[in-house]
Amino acid sequence: MKKLVSAVSIAAASALVLSACGSGDSGSSESADYMACMVSDSGGWDDQSFNQSGKEGMEAAKKNLGIEEKLAESAGDSDFKPNVDNMVQAGCNLTFGVGFLLEDTIQEAAEANTDLNFALIDSTFSDADGNPVTVDNAKPLVFNTAEAAYLAGYVAAATSESGKVGTFGGIQIPSVTIFMDGFSDGVKKYNEDNKKDVKLLGWNKEKQDGSFSGDFENQGQGQELTKQLISQGADVIMPVAGPVGLGAAAAAKEAKDVKLVWVDSDGYESTEYGDIILTSVVKEIANAVEDTIKEGKEDKFSAEPYVGTLKNEGVGLAPFHDFDSKVPDKVKKQVEDLKQQIIDGKLTVESESTPK
Amino acid sequence: MTTDISPAAPSPAPPPTAEAEPGKEQNLLQEILSGSWLVSVLAIVLALLLGGVLIAVSNADVIDAAKNLFAAPGSFFSTLFSTVGEAYSALFRGAVFDWDARTAERSIRPLTESMVNGTPLILAGLGIAMAFRSGLFNIGGQGQVILGATIAGFLGYALHLPPVVHMLIAAVGGIVGGAIWAGIAGVLKARTGANEVIVTIMLNSIAGYMLGYLLKQNWFTHTTSANPQSRTIDDSSQMFLLLPAPFRLHFGFIIAILATIFVWWLLERSTIGFEFKAVGANPHAARTAGISVSKVTIIVMVVAGALAGLGGAAQVLGTEYKLTGGISGSIGFDAITVALLGRSKPLGTFLAGLLFGAFKAGGYLMQSQTGTPIDIVLVVQSVIVLLIAAPPLVRSIFRLPTPVLKRKEA
Repeated sequence: MKKLVSAVSIAAASALVLSACGSGDSGSSESADYMACMVSDSGGWDDQSFNQSGKEGMEAAKKNLGIEEKLAESAGDSDFKPNVDNMVQAGCNLTFGVGFLLEDTIQEAAEANTDLNFALIDSTFSDADGNPVTVDNAKPLVFNTAEAAYLAGYVAAATSESGKVGTFGGIQIPSVTIFMDGFSDGVKKYNEDNKKDVKLLGWNKEKQDGSFSGDFENQGQGQELTKQLISQGADVIMPVAGPVGLGAAAAAKEAKDVKLVWVDSDGYESTEYGDIILTSVVKEIANAVEDTIKEGKEDKFSAEPYVGTLKNEGVGLAPFHDFDSKVPDKVKKQVEDLKQQIIDGKLTVESESTPK
Repeated sequence: MTTDISPAAPSPAPPPTAEAEPGKEQNLLQEILSGSWLVSVLAIVLALLLGGVLIAVSNADVIDAAKNLFAAPGSFFSTLFSTVGEAYSALFRGAVFDWDARTAERSIRPLTESMVNGTPLILAGLGIAMAFRSGLFNIGGQGQVILGATIAGFLGYALHLPPVVHMLIAAVGGIVGGAIWAGIAGVLKARTGANEVIVTIMLNSIAGYMLGYLLKQNWFTHTTSANPQSRTIDDSSQMFLLLPAPFRLHFGFIIAILATIFVWWLLERSTIGFEFKAVGANPHAARTAGISVSKVTIIVMVVAGALAGLGGAAQVLGTEYKLTGGISGSIGFDAITVALLGRSKPLGTFLAGLLFGAFKAGGYLMQSQTGTPIDIVLVVQSVIVLLIAAPPLVRSIFRLPTPVLKRKEA
């Protein structure tokens, strides 16, 4: 036992000595003059959703703009304040918070540190009563995904053989239901244009009520919900639930002849279910993050909200990939027309959740 | 369990952990609770060593250096030690004292952050520990914390009262919330014999989904925000800060100290506490001695839930100031770990809560400064519990002698 104790103490002592050397030179090794930082919500960096996209934006900025980065993953809601505080203490010029849960934390930090810049992904700032406010050194990055989901709804309705399409969300929050609203209107538009009666299962836009899996983690729940939608006859399904969508994909694959509309990223590339993914409603968070960092680095930071739209390519419809030959040219043309109309402002996709 | 594995466990040469007295019946809980403090300390050391291995393995630089292990062994070991050392020194700086901080205040702040993080863990941990001492596996800390936070938070923004009074009323609301939630499990166990483990686990889910539902109701959240979160609580209901601005240390920590003393008094000095322990040691004997086991079961659960509910109240009134779906984090589950590490003794639980609070506080800095995944902290915590649950393993690793059965009657 004596031997072991001495071995342990030697190891501990050497670790301490070395750590002192280690921490000494860590500060000077990087000479980048701009530091961008990001704090995730509890989804973590591998959530196949906004945290992951945000991190990709950071990586891209690190590569293309030569900035220094710091990342902190939150495991729970009580982690937000300490994580953001650490970023401020580390001297981050620009700190991103991912998700509406970080709204208050980012807002407080921005108000307390007016010399630093902040940004919030997927939410705007509001006061205690929920009224929108602007913070001079904090930029909200939001996405009008309803526009792209509208196009996806149109294509889904056009390619459905059963005459029923479905959707479900993770949690009923605006950044989720905005997809479902757009999807619903796209289906409706297809029915009006073509005198068809394709039904949407899982979401009722008027009542703002539908199917939700309850979180952004439980893939089994996503699989069950998808099985239910399939058994009710839906053959194109859009899960708006981050990684829970993978459960939906597993169920769809099992069922044969069921297609998916992926969200956030191009699911053909980001998941292994490319062969059943009709298209994806893409939210270009990574680009928005990179652009914001670039503005900050060039001293052009503004608190003006960034709203991703079809027009500025902040949201979009991914290519059809494997389904390219199966989507009729007529439908493709109609989608192009609709896209142009939305860009030109002739057609507005409305949703209660549209970022204002 | 221990009697099963101890003869086979020690693989290295001399088996020092000879069979525990044959015929001596020991259940797992009692074995865990009666282990020596030395085993706890050694478990922490071992877990940190294992954490160091994981930090090294998850670091790209170390992996690169390992590829050239035979060409340049020196550089491998220096990379290895500097990586692990840097991570742990960041952990220490984030949890105790930060010598790299910009201001003196910031240097001492980490220790207070550990206390802030430890506060709900201590309170909820005391609740779990009390139940353990009475032979009840209260796995429902999470649900009780959620209920406590929900009611305390709601009273915090729904009522408008003068300072301190408001805070106390909201905190009492939290106590009542937790007490009711655990009381349900207690009554079911006492009246119908329903297993408290299953009941409390189910109540955890119910509490979580109930909070999720409430956060979607405008009458509950008092805000028009479409996001599932409540209004911020009134300033008058916040647990006031014990130190000025950059510090977050709040009155809840004082409550945690008082609660620790209360639980000690309850278990060691009060008549009812003696009954608690008697039921925990042997319910049949307790019944024969004229103690009403069902009454004790209910009271223990109510008090345990009250403590956990107070932990939830401290979280919402002391640090978070608003209700969100994830308000309870993993406090209720970490509290089980805290109670086990603290051997279900009040002081032990207090210290274990502080330690876990320190791990949490340090983990933030370790992650942001060295990029070490925060999950390492969770692994370290889990390994600690794993080792504590198997004292013979720790004893055999460190060649410690098996303790003679000198422990006081449980």
